[in-house]
Amino acid sequence: MIRTTVAAGLFLGMALPAQAYKVFISNERGNTVTVLDSETWEVLAEFPAGNRPRGIAIAPDGSELYVCSSDDDTVRVFDPETYEELHTLPSGPDPELFVLHPSGNPLYIANEDDNLVTVTDVKTRQVVAEIPVGVEPEGMGISPDGSIVVNTSETTNMAHFIDTRTYEITQNTLVDQRPRFAQFSDDGSRLYVSAEIGGTVSVIDPSNGEVIHKITFEVPGILPELLQPVGVRISRDGSRIYVALGPSNRVAVVDGQSWEVLDYLLVGQRVWQLAFTPDERFLIATNGNSNDVSIIDVAAGEVIRSVPVGQQPWGVVVSPE
Amino acid sequence: MLRPLVALGLLGMLAALPAAAQQVATAVLRVDYPALLPISRLDLPTDDLGFAGAELATEDNRTTGSFMGQTYETRSLATTPEEAQAAFDQLTADGYRIIVVLARHDELLGFADSAPAGTLIFNARATDGSLRGEDCRADVLHVAPSDQMLTDALAQFLVWKRWDRWFLIHGSHPEDQALAAAYEASAAKFGARIVDTREFVDTGGARATDSGHVLVQQQIPVFTQDAADHDVVIAADASDVFAPYLPYQTWDAAPVAGSSGLRPVTWHAAHEAWGATQMQRRFEDLAGRPMREEDYQAWLALRVVGEAVTRTGSADPAAIRDYVLSPDFELAAFKGQKVTFRDWDGQLRQPILLTEGRVTVSVSPQEGFLHQVSPLDTLGTDRPESTCTAFGGGQE
Repeated sequence: MIRTTVAAGLFLGMALPAQAYKVFISNERGNTVTVLDSETWEVLAEFPAGNRPRGIAIAPDGSELYVCSSDDDTVRVFDPETYEELHTLPSGPDPELFVLHPSGNPLYIANEDDNLVTVTDVKTRQVVAEIPVGVEPEGMGISPDGSIVVNTSETTNMAHFIDTRTYEITQNTLVDQRPRFAQFSDDGSRLYVSAEIGGTVSVIDPSNGEVIHKITFEVPGILPELLQPVGVRISRDGSRIYVALGPSNRVAVVDGQSWEVLDYLLVGQRVWQLAFTPDERFLIATNGNSNDVSIIDVAAGEVIRSVPVGQQPWGVVVSPE
Repeated sequence: MLRPLVALGLLGMLAALPAAAQQVATAVLRVDYPALLPISRLDLPTDDLGFAGAELATEDNRTTGSFMGQTYETRSLATTPEEAQAAFDQLTADGYRIIVVLARHDELLGFADSAPAGTLIFNARATDGSLRGEDCRADVLHVAPSDQMLTDALAQFLVWKRWDRWFLIHGSHPEDQALAAAYEASAAKFGARIVDTREFVDTGGARATDSGHVLVQQQIPVFTQDAADHDVVIAADASDVFAPYLPYQTWDAAPVAGSSGLRPVTWHAAHEAWGATQMQRRFEDLAGRPMREEDYQAWLALRVVGEAVTRTGSADPAAIRDYVLSPDFELAAFKGQKVTFRDWDGQLRQPILLTEGRVTVSVSPQEGFLHQVSPLDTLGTDRPESTCTAFGGGQE
């Protein structure tokens, strides 16, 4: 989210030992957050996070961890060092996924049961706006300059483009069935929207909302019905796109220019969400049905291990540099 | 009917969408047949059965329509078998050309054969195989599954379990016999054997009020005594006469499946996978009760309409029919995969849930039952076996 390009460049040049980050995983059924060390991949802690924790995010300065407690109708804020709950934020009912403004404030929250996006100021802890969107809002993506937030509605099958200044919907793009996730490329020129039941990832030009390509998936011996795209992450340079493919137990590696699928990495069962470590050495994938996360070595293009976490891991976020 | 709506304010938001402005008017017609109370009071009829599902779909469609410049209105009407045709005629006279029907075979066919040209009917209740076969009609699409889809769904699971010796108990009404025939066909199709068959004659027997269970506890073991060795009892009781009495009362310690025990259904209120929890919550907020199959099927019919209007920008029934029968149509329906239509008989392909009442036990098609087109076509009548001619045999 924030780019510390100077620091990254220095690290590359000097081949210093990699920095260890904290990896936070929300466990939907276990009602906890599991904390991993990104160097040793040991479990540092597992702490209670309210009922049905799903969406998870961290402040750009690493000072606060935000967790959607879906069944408590609130966002819980934790200290990422002590794991103590600091306070809660008003979220609207049934918050599922959210995205933080690149500046760290506000938070844009999808309210799955009420066809709303709620905008919450994380400092004043007030709701700033409520924006009516399509049925079953879920995916939330924000442009790198923070000017547009995109929500996907799973039953309406649209990506709604919301102006973050006026809170007005400026355009709607129809995508395939059950859009789950929206992710901008780092240069803001492309928006990727996954469609779980449609089995595609739409590549959208955010300037006019047009779908310019649809990424499709095919794995020999796997029923096409099982190739269900959910989480999407893009390398900072835009060269690689990673797509979690749900019950096919695969993460697709997609070329960022040609949109060809280069590889399918075998991970745990029902993989939904993904997160990079800030140095992009590792990609962490949450496997909801095998109660573990798969750790992908990005450069090698290999799954290097799986780490058991809590019950039904859903979301994942990594502490910043 | 399809009045263009002047929605200038919305047009600004439609940059990437087909510019369209329609009013989509649909009707839901439910025929209520005289019947005794159900064996279980959990199955008591409700006034809004099916209608509440239609209302939820209409709300869903309206929300989507608000971004598309389309408005949706649904009229719900309950009638009796005697007045059914008049009610249908009134709907078409009032201009409705998209009508969801919850009725049995005879009434449905009557509607289909009397409807003005350009009417599109969605069958959201009748499961008769004949409606997809020799009695199929080009203006009827079936969102309700056929008996054969339901029995195949159960058969696949039982065969996967290697419970392939079936003791079939069917009722004495024609619809029970038809269901029994569907089980026999499923057994033959997937390699199970019906080792024994008995008919449970409807004598207007004991219901569970007062001490009915005492009689049941005496009758059922005797009725099921000395059956050939079997792995499972299959109940074919479309009339709700005896099947709920079978589990735990049979002479042999065999599980019961079919019309009670493990049942093949399109929906049940405990289903949670694939986002279904959200659907259940939205429905319960709206209706104040759990969602039933009739509600799901009415919801599905109107979501098919909404999806077609969204994608084609047209509310013309003929355009909707063409689109939903084309390979371009797909719809997410909380079943873990897209649902589509068979272009040779107008039947919606959909996964079938197997439930014992409290949880989803399994979902068919089962792994390993392969098909050259879609695993969903392992359920029900496939293109080569179809006797339906009204669709011109589909596109192949």
